[in-house]
Amino acid sequence: MNSFLDALLLNAGYNAALVAIGAGLLGFAAGSSGTFLFLRKRALVSDATAHATLPGVGIAFIIMVSMGYDGRSLIGLLLGSAVTAAIGLVIIEWIARRTRLAEDAAIGAVLGTFFGLGIVLLTIIQTMSSGRQAGLEGFLLGSTAGMLFQDAVVIAIGGSLVVFVTWLMRRPMTLVAFDAEYAAAMGYSVRRIDLLMMGLVMGVTVVGLKLVGLILIVAMLIIPPVTARFWTDRSGRVVWIAGVFGGASGYMGAALSASAPAMPTGPIIVLMAAAIFLFSLIFAPVRGVAAAIIRHHRFQRRVHRRQGLLSLSREEPIREKFTLRLLERDGLIRPDGVPTDTGRAQAARVSRDERRWDIAREVHQDAGLTGRYDGLTPIEEVFTPDEIQEFDRRLGPPVAVGGLA
Amino acid sequence: MTRVTATIAAQDGRAASPAAPASDCPLTLQGITVSYGEKPAVFSVDAAFPANAMTAIIGPNGAGKSTMLKAALGVIPRLSGEVSVFGTPIEQTRDRIAYVPQRASVDWDFPTTVIDVVQMGLYRKVGLIGRLSGAMTAQAKDCLDRVGMADFAHRQIGQLSGGQQQRVFLARALAQDADLYLLDEPFAGVDAATERAIINVLKLLKSNGKAVVAVHHDLSTVRDYFDHVFLINVRRVAEGTVETTFTTENLNATYGGRLGATHMAELEGVAS
Repeated sequence: MNSFLDALLLNAGYNAALVAIGAGLLGFAAGSSGTFLFLRKRALVSDATAHATLPGVGIAFIIMVSMGYDGRSLIGLLLGSAVTAAIGLVIIEWIARRTRLAEDAAIGAVLGTFFGLGIVLLTIIQTMSSGRQAGLEGFLLGSTAGMLFQDAVVIAIGGSLVVFVTWLMRRPMTLVAFDAEYAAAMGYSVRRIDLLMMGLVMGVTVVGLKLVGLILIVAMLIIPPVTARFWTDRSGRVVWIAGVFGGASGYMGAALSASAPAMPTGPIIVLMAAAIFLFSLIFAPVRGVAAAIIRHHRFQRRVHRRQGLLSLSREEPIREKFTLRLLERDGLIRPDGVPTDTGRAQAARVSRDERRWDIAREVHQDAGLTGRYDGLTPIEEVFTPDEIQEFDRRLGPPVAVGGLA
Repeated sequence: MTRVTATIAAQDGRAASPAAPASDCPLTLQGITVSYGEKPAVFSVDAAFPANAMTAIIGPNGAGKSTMLKAALGVIPRLSGEVSVFGTPIEQTRDRIAYVPQRASVDWDFPTTVIDVVQMGLYRKVGLIGRLSGAMTAQAKDCLDRVGMADFAHRQIGQLSGGQQQRVFLARALAQDADLYLLDEPFAGVDAATERAIINVLKLLKSNGKAVVAVHHDLSTVRDYFDHVFLINVRRVAEGTVETTFTTENLNATYGGRLGATHMAELEGVAS
């Protein structure tokens, strides 16, 4: 625990601090830039992009070694990965636009093909005698061992750039994600904005490749926006909340993995993001599962109460135990099932409400208003007092419930 | 004035085509063809939608009504054809057009509020980095008020009824403060109150000199709502004022006998 605190407070050594800060920045960039792809319902494009980076890493290594350089130059490897990722993206876009195949088929084809090619290249590299090839496998699941200052600088610069462009283009991207037809009619190029969204995600992927690895980076792009959606109904806020969640899981995940020996950083970061997601899924107000369950129970009680009162007003026997318990608890009936005075009064009110609705349906042709009858909505919420008075006039004098006038 | 120039240009032999659009025509289509695969959905359609009028685009299901509108706007690609708005190619006149797409075309669970949606109509005006000024927010609120939705400004859009959603889309178009309004089935699946609210807004636009063009499916309301009709069934069938063009003969030609005899009699009744 102490070592975790040390890592959180950046006291666990230079390398651990570098990793934590880098992972935090990366998480923020990934969460915010992934939001628009998520809102556009194209989140899985990012997974294909990530897998399409692998052949680029292999090819860049081979080229650098054959030219006599150190094959592990990070900038060179990242450039290579960006090139093949971009090719993969263009192919997906082209297949979806020009052929009858749907985008998910294009994603599957590109993801598998590029990843397969990448693995073949890595295998070839391993059998090559030249170069100190150790370390390329780190691009699969990420590694923090030997993270250099320049690696952190790459993440910081790349991440800031991605966040800046996300902020700059937030309006066109929101428009395209929500209503692409309208965006096109306004003169925005939907295709270019789509490419931009994917390009941003590609940027994050390339920058975060070494730290998180290509297999799990998709989680950092998707989980934070999905989590943020639980907490707000406005897309502008989803972007920044997703950034904060992503940054927090990156930072805490890196600190946690630094606090124990041999803990893989990328997977821990993803699990951290998943933990925040799980918490939000259950406890978020309004959209969370707990809130939904509570709402459902309240609604169920309203339905049973209303049904029970209607039965009382018609002097029909109530058989459902839940309804009986509910009415008794609210003091509307006695334990033997006989309605109390309050129960009688409320039953009369409910019965009058029903009969007013019947009249309303007869005299009112406006389906927009009468259509709001659902058995629960009191008529006062839909019609004006004048209209209700008119219904009452047609209804005749009130009738008491319980047989005694 | 511009017409004179056009005539002179024509005499010089420099004019592009003898049917060059008059500068006052809000929307002119020339030879629009749209195809899904190798089957044209809209074939070589010419149209001129007039100013100070409400025009209904009418035709059977699959006749290419919405397709023509979307192709004119560049929402879907066209195989051929020219579109001009107030005599200028549409690419240069985007700020004078407001479009109301079909309600079913978007995901209503999208994280956005009613007022956010209306403010989308202002995005072109504010640009990328500009802030929405107080005046613009007030303008958006005013547009919501015009469609009777002011009380719903901060609701998430998924909580609205179908009719309310349609009114929000109309408010977004109003926020653009355009001169030409194009609507795709604005009355589809809305309640009577919404239909009244929308038609009142559209009539007000017309009386303020705007042009309104709507894809419309309810033949029984054409006479009450519109001044012009454009009848289409893949090709253009007829175009003109409701009095001269919305006739049994033209409807038969458009619907090819798919319109029931009783329906026809009903429309005849309205006509006489």
